[in-house]
Amino acid sequence: MSFPWAKQYTPSHPFMKWMDERLPVPRLVYNAVGGGYEVPRNLNYFWNFGFLAGLCLVLQIVTGIVMAMHYAANTEVAFDTIEHTVRDVNWGWLMRYAHANGASAFFVVIYVHIFRGFYFGSYKAPREMVWLLGVVIFLLMMATAFMGYVLPWGQMSFWGAKVITGLFSAIPLVGEPLQQWLLGGFAPDNAALNRFFSLHYLLPFVIVGVVILHIWALHIPGSSNPTGVEVKSESDTVPFYPYYVAKDGWAIGVFAILYCAMVFFAPNYLGHPDNYIPANPMSTPAHIVPEWYFWPFYAILRAFTQDFFFIPAKLMGVLAMFGAILVWFFLPWLDKSPIRSSSYRPLYKKFFWFGLIPTMAVLFYCGGAAAEEPYVMISQIAALYYFAHFLIILPIVSAIEKPKPLPFSITEAVLGKDEDAKLEPSA
Amino acid sequence: MAEEDGVRRRDFINVAAVSAAGVAGIGVVIPLVSQMSASADVLAASTTEVDISSVQTGQAIKAIFRKQPVFIRNLTQREIDAANAVDAGSLRDPQTLEERTKEGKTNWLITMGVCTHLGCVPLGAGEGEPRGEFGGYFCPCHGSHYDTAARIRKGPAPLNLQVPDYEFTSDTVVTIG
Amino acid sequence: MARILSILVGLFFTVALAWSLGLGFYTWATEPAQPTAEHEFHEHPKHVSFASDGPFGTFDKQQLQRGFQVYQQVCAACHALKHVAFRDLEKIGYNEPEVKAIAAQFQIPKYDEMTGMVETVEGTPTDYFPPVMYAGQGSPPDLSLITKARHDGGPYVYSLLTGYQDQPAELLEHFPDAKTPDGLYYNPYFPNLNLAMPAPLMEDMVTYSDGTPATVDQMAKDVSAFLIWTAEPTMDKRKQTGWPILGFLLFATILGYMSYRNIWANKKH
Repeated sequence: MSFPWAKQYTPSHPFMKWMDERLPVPRLVYNAVGGGYEVPRNLNYFWNFGFLAGLCLVLQIVTGIVMAMHYAANTEVAFDTIEHTVRDVNWGWLMRYAHANGASAFFVVIYVHIFRGFYFGSYKAPREMVWLLGVVIFLLMMATAFMGYVLPWGQMSFWGAKVITGLFSAIPLVGEPLQQWLLGGFAPDNAALNRFFSLHYLLPFVIVGVVILHIWALHIPGSSNPTGVEVKSESDTVPFYPYYVAKDGWAIGVFAILYCAMVFFAPNYLGHPDNYIPANPMSTPAHIVPEWYFWPFYAILRAFTQDFFFIPAKLMGVLAMFGAILVWFFLPWLDKSPIRSSSYRPLYKKFFWFGLIPTMAVLFYCGGAAAEEPYVMISQIAALYYFAHFLIILPIVSAIEKPKPLPFSITEAVLGKDEDAKLEPSA
Repeated sequence: MAEEDGVRRRDFINVAAVSAAGVAGIGVVIPLVSQMSASADVLAASTTEVDISSVQTGQAIKAIFRKQPVFIRNLTQREIDAANAVDAGSLRDPQTLEERTKEGKTNWLITMGVCTHLGCVPLGAGEGEPRGEFGGYFCPCHGSHYDTAARIRKGPAPLNLQVPDYEFTSDTVVTIG
Repeated sequence: MARILSILVGLFFTVALAWSLGLGFYTWATEPAQPTAEHEFHEHPKHVSFASDGPFGTFDKQQLQRGFQVYQQVCAACHALKHVAFRDLEKIGYNEPEVKAIAAQFQIPKYDEMTGMVETVEGTPTDYFPPVMYAGQGSPPDLSLITKARHDGGPYVYSLLTGYQDQPAELLEHFPDAKTPDGLYYNPYFPNLNLAMPAPLMEDMVTYSDGTPATVDQMAKDVSAFLIWTAEPTMDKRKQTGWPILGFLLFATILGYMSYRNIWANKKH
């Protein structure tokens, strides 16, 4: 991105000049996250979550490489190698808990990041590509997390692998052979475990690649902002360094406190006890549930309990579960409102706070609950709203809504707020 | 003046914050580095008991200690004499046979079977293997010759074959480590 | 056009869901789910506290040693402890000779390369607790991770050990089919109410070396504490590492916040 007022990189040291002429890494850093990247001045704390997501990715790759140094992908010993890591490897317990809770932290951060996008319309032109790449990253994350959960080869690992690959068997005609191909057998075993390990190690680096594209695409138009008004002049922006480096810096501190509190004092809280039982292909646990970050989609999967005309319930559930995420790809074209930020969209804002957010909360809750009434009926209602929200409500609302007047510029929005504050005492 | 103090105080806070981040970074590196060193189970499994009752004079056996070979040789009188005939001071790694064995058990030469050059297993402990120009061990990788006290005499190895910690727990059992 | 298409797709999913919901509601209203004995009589673990509870809790080594005694003299007959090595017992306060002596009381199967036979030899500190050959019905689970592998693990084990009782008359009255089968034992803390393990603890079964009276309650508590330890021997270290790290992070974050305020001092945002 280059606003006319963005500073060009000028090497201050002869070595940097020498380097810049040969391999312009200093220039890249300066223009990407340095003093040469101009960012709207009014970003709120929701904009810290992109940076935090990047941090989580690094954290997972580093702790994951460590775990792989002590792990063996063989059904006979996989469970034991993890226990060995935790019990006998120096700091092994820390690495294991850091990696397991790191996955949860990553998803917490990414969900906030995504819903920031929903609320502030970050997916709208000219940032569609940023959004699409983001959804790709999310899908890759889900695949990576799922395969990672299989690796300890506990009861939940095994039955998770069986159930999730079982989803593919719902596809007409090719379903059964497809599931067999995915597993390399009739049920999860060494072949599946080994390929999941291989892919679990590979995919994070694919994610890194897509993240680079995501950030590249972001730097073309620059960051969106809470008003949704485009940057107009120099007074609308501040350079990334030092302003947002400092803001992200202290946000990392807050994140690290919460994360470490989990790792050191409740490391198994988000895990399922059954995964401390070694995999047993002969006995299914009473309640199989995926990790918490999949619960909304799991709830949607289970909400389809009846065949719909000629479509079997199983296929319907699978279609809906994938559809629930795939619909995000179409968001920039479903929501045609020219106004980005919900702050100026009174009607959409209501649907966001009183529709989408409670729906997600309910889906999270029901996805983790047992598959019995009334949870199934509640998740059916929530799933119904979920699809209605994105596919019906959003297109209609964007057509009929009367937006509030937008501020002329970011600067006006910021300073206007300031004037309100000054006026208050006399009023 | 007050303005300047204010500026200095602010700079100080920024420097302190960056320093704290640096300390945190170092703190993260510590477990990441130390996880690679030997784990508790590896360190714990560090003694080996060997029954030497079947080793006849002139024979040698190989045992495993810390996942590496150990040579246990029952020296003949000729081998002992040959070792003692050498002036230890003239050797690359000066040691006498006395120093390399236990008192009263001079015939029991117990050494690691790991060449001190680059870690190959020297020949000579097995039946019929070449024992080098000095009648001890011979490392085929880079041609190191060890004498009957397993001292380096010729070739690139810098030191004698290492003598591990061991003790005779009885006349027929030796505990290594 | 895109709008109409999206509404059609939306209707497809919402109508399918409404269909499922309607039929589900009809079934639920006309044929309410029958209560089951498990549902009505299963009980959550009793409230019991251990020295290792909470972020400041540490293991009570004296209690762990008593718990180990109970494990060795009662549980070890049927339940293995495969992830625990004898050397680990040094962490609960046994010294080296004691650990050696304990290890020697166990027979460890060893494969002999010379003969190709598996023979048992006396255990040494580096060995792990040996597998248990169980001749009876069912397979008693390994106990190394049992307190992590059950919800509310420590209290669960304690409740199970102290929860044996006769089947309530009320249960038999409402669910005559749920009568405990022969060879199983009724225990409301077990998920399906009937388990193959008979009540294992009896008064004074163990003579504690520290003179603590060996009541069933005491033994159950001690062995539960021991099994919390076997599931996570590094728990003390985890918590003790956590506090200084949290303290430092708090300090660093406050510094970071002050630095942030400094840098933004002249920018309204």
